[in-house]
Amino acid sequence: MTTASKPRELPHTPWGRVRQSRRTADRLMKIIATGFTFCAIFVLFWILGMLVVKGIGGLSLATFTEVTPGPGSQGGGLANAIVGSVVLTFLGIAIATPIGVLAGTWLAEYGRRSKLANLIRFINDILLSAPSILIGLFVYVLLVEPFRGYSGWAGGVALGIIAIPVIVRTTEDMLSLVPGPLREAGAALGAPPSVVITSVTWRAAKAGMVTGILLALARIAGETAPLIFTALNNNFWFSASLVGGVSNLPVTIYQFASAPYENWQQLAWAGSLIITMSILLLSIVARRIVSGGK
Amino acid sequence: MTSIPGAAPIVRRTPKAGFDLFFRNASFAAALFVLVLLAGIMLSMVVGGWPAFREFGLGFITSSVWDTQNDQYGAWPAIVGTLSTALIALLIGVPLSLGIAVYLTQLAPPWFKRPVATAIELLAAVPSIIYGMWGLFVFAPLFAAYVQIPLSNIVEGIPIVGTVLYSRSPSGLGIFTAGIILAFMIVPFIASITRDMLEQIPSVLRESAYGIGATTWEVVRHVLVPQAGVSIIGAVMLGLGRALGETMAVTFVVGNANRLSSSILDPGSTIASRIANEFNEAMGLQLNSLIALGCILFFVTFVVLVIARLLVSRVKRY
Repeated sequence: MTTASKPRELPHTPWGRVRQSRRTADRLMKIIATGFTFCAIFVLFWILGMLVVKGIGGLSLATFTEVTPGPGSQGGGLANAIVGSVVLTFLGIAIATPIGVLAGTWLAEYGRRSKLANLIRFINDILLSAPSILIGLFVYVLLVEPFRGYSGWAGGVALGIIAIPVIVRTTEDMLSLVPGPLREAGAALGAPPSVVITSVTWRAAKAGMVTGILLALARIAGETAPLIFTALNNNFWFSASLVGGVSNLPVTIYQFASAPYENWQQLAWAGSLIITMSILLLSIVARRIVSGGK
Repeated sequence: MTSIPGAAPIVRRTPKAGFDLFFRNASFAAALFVLVLLAGIMLSMVVGGWPAFREFGLGFITSSVWDTQNDQYGAWPAIVGTLSTALIALLIGVPLSLGIAVYLTQLAPPWFKRPVATAIELLAAVPSIIYGMWGLFVFAPLFAAYVQIPLSNIVEGIPIVGTVLYSRSPSGLGIFTAGIILAFMIVPFIASITRDMLEQIPSVLRESAYGIGATTWEVVRHVLVPQAGVSIIGAVMLGLGRALGETMAVTFVVGNANRLSSSILDPGSTIASRIANEFNEAMGLQLNSLIALGCILFFVTFVVLVIARLLVSRVKRY
């Protein structure tokens, strides 16, 4: 469409030519815009390349089977941090999914264009880009200080709070794409609104809603700042009670990266590689689902 | 009450009716929870930081002393650091993002658009801590060797420029490095909103401009930018909101100095980096002061984000 409507020099030739200065400005702009784009892509590949080069040497069976080593000790892996991260991330998603999906449903199905719905939508958008460190502080004041200790629960709650706005937003967007006649057809069969929503609208928007949850998962999997104040970290396996510090990948990377021990740094790189690749994979899968659903 | 007016009342008298009410109320409660969250964050910051505000008053903002020995705390260096890193991030990131948006909407061949757009969006998916490590271990040494040291040699002794761009300890870490890395972190957000905006402009406008013989640059400059101007400013503000609160990447590369330096190449700190650095060792008034810093950050980002959202309200995503 745009390419067809882009007449190069052709229309100008009959009555004269495009002045050289205009043509130079045009060419310059095109070069700059293209250059900027490749600059950003270059940085992405630079970062990914660095992760692979520095991280791949740290990957071994021990990385996935042994617990994080203490200061100065040799060997060790990231097993407890990986498991802890998975537990915290899924705890966050388990907290965020019901709240996010229900809130998104209310916005799309019940609230629609009401003043309250618009306010909630607006506030949700603010929360979507609120600094995650503030969410960490909030959960610290709410759950860590009163209970006198860092805990996996607090970490999960912090991650959940970060995930909620993402899920609310995508759920609402996906539900608004479901055509109205589908709902009317459900209602015409005599189904009450809740049944129409759960078995018609949700089903129609399922792929999109799953995408939202995957995106939220990708968003919180690498979050570090909120975990420093809530789940903190340790060098042991997490206890099922989730009370006390829970080891997790991001905070482990943060602590190991700038430490003077060589094997800590090596593990930090390996952990970074693992976490980044999982997140990129998740994001790409989520995008695939969206484009496949449309 | 029900949103489907025509439904027969007989059908509603089924065991499902109770569930219907429950479902409606549960979803309403979940939606209200979003409001409760924001109010909770606001309240916890004010309550947690209150002892510091009470102790130091307005001096908490204007003082630049951060002395844990004598329990004296001032936020000024952190505020300046936050604002200057964010400003540098915008100065670098905004032209980059606009260029990318123009490339994606006007210049890229159709088959190339998808992969490029995905790559740009993946920049947003890379965790903050990875940017920090890249900055600390890869970017900072190169920046020190090829920019900081030569630049310091050139500007040494020149008034003003010789102060702002001279680095006493050319380690590559500092306010400017943090700004550069923040720039790449905010690029995907600004670029994708701008791209969405440019795509929503009716193509008739573009075609008529081409029809009277405008070049691509002139179409961008005189048709697209004025059309999308307000939303582009909104997108920039959204990027600013992200840059202000970014924590881990900045903590790695900003140098974490508690002093105020007149040079942007010297180490400094931001509100977020100060909180991340000191929180776990902090007690008493220091802890309250850190939460008070968080409170300041909250209100600054809140104002920025509200303005941004009002300006980009016409855009669908993000």
